[in-house]
Amino acid sequence: MDERRLDGNAAGGLLGEVFVFETTTAEGACDRCGTVAHVGQQMAYISDIGTVVRCASCDNALIRVTQNPRGYFLDLRGVSYLRFEGSP
Amino acid sequence: MAEVWRPPRRLVWRIGEVVETRHATPRTKSLLLDVPGWEGHKAGQHVDVRLTAEDGYQAQRSYSIASAPEERGVELVVERLDDGEVSPYLTDELRTGDSLELRGPIGGWFVWEAKDGGPLFLVAGGSGIAPLMAMIRHRAVMAMIRHRAAAGSEAPSRLLYSSRSREDIIFADELDHLAASDGSLEVVHTLTRSQPPGWTGYARRIDDEMLAEVAPSPEQRPLVFVCGPTPLVESVATTLVGLGHDAGRIKTERFGPTGG
Repeated sequence: MDERRLDGNAAGGLLGEVFVFETTTAEGACDRCGTVAHVGQQMAYISDIGTVVRCASCDNALIRVTQNPRGYFLDLRGVSYLRFEGSP
Repeated sequence: MAEVWRPPRRLVWRIGEVVETRHATPRTKSLLLDVPGWEGHKAGQHVDVRLTAEDGYQAQRSYSIASAPEERGVELVVERLDDGEVSPYLTDELRTGDSLELRGPIGGWFVWEAKDGGPLFLVAGGSGIAPLMAMIRHRAVMAMIRHRAAAGSEAPSRLLYSSRSREDIIFADELDHLAASDGSLEVVHTLTRSQPPGWTGYARRIDDEMLAEVAPSPEQRPLVFVCGPTPLVESVATTLVGLGHDAGRIKTERFGPTGG
């Protein structure tokens, strides 16, 4: 399968279809090693079936997102939280 | 001028129209797109381009925007990869007037705005120049506006740009012109495969020694943007941290091993 390892920035497109807030500047805390970093700083693995954002420190799968005819599937088990910049 | 606040919104796929295609180099093409509904971008952002075959098969790739936010339209630089699923169509088949499906602008991380200041240290490999070119162009526009209003100093900027040969330097003339007319912009080329007669510049891949010579000192705390093939990006980022640069001020954009 064609899978590309890129910067978290590359996940911004698919995540941008799900979230109204800018995701690449959002901070995520890795649920495994505790590292807090911007999504744009993490690693993204992009393939035809979806995108996985992995922790740049410990490789834990932070965010999995895919889009198919049934809708968007979002798995956030790898992050203990995501903090988006912005005000109401 | 105050920024207009826009409520955040989801990204959507849009249809852009090709208004111009240019041969940037023998292996790359530059596409200028008009995208109805486009709300502007920041220097460094990218778009995702999606192609759909007649049988419904879709292939998608990311391309950085090379045009400055102040310019009309969206310019993409596409490097033709012989075994790519997307790039040969974009470089060989696409014509002026054709439509192209894209979503963007994407990414707030690998972004530079004039208000972020500098000094700037930009490192590009091949078509990795695209988002850095948007920054250089944005900087030039802001310098022009500022100089018209009042004297101001632009963030001093240095670009280290690795290309295979002189013919492969994307935006060569424009970079020459910008560097010649702006004392605070410095462009350093390295040509890795072949050099024209009389070439006195670097003639090898970017390495530790070159970065030590060309990069501003860590004490100057430059903002660093590195874009290109994955091995180049990773080795440059690692070396700069080793030279004492703050990892938090180094932003990277990998094109992947092949791009596509």
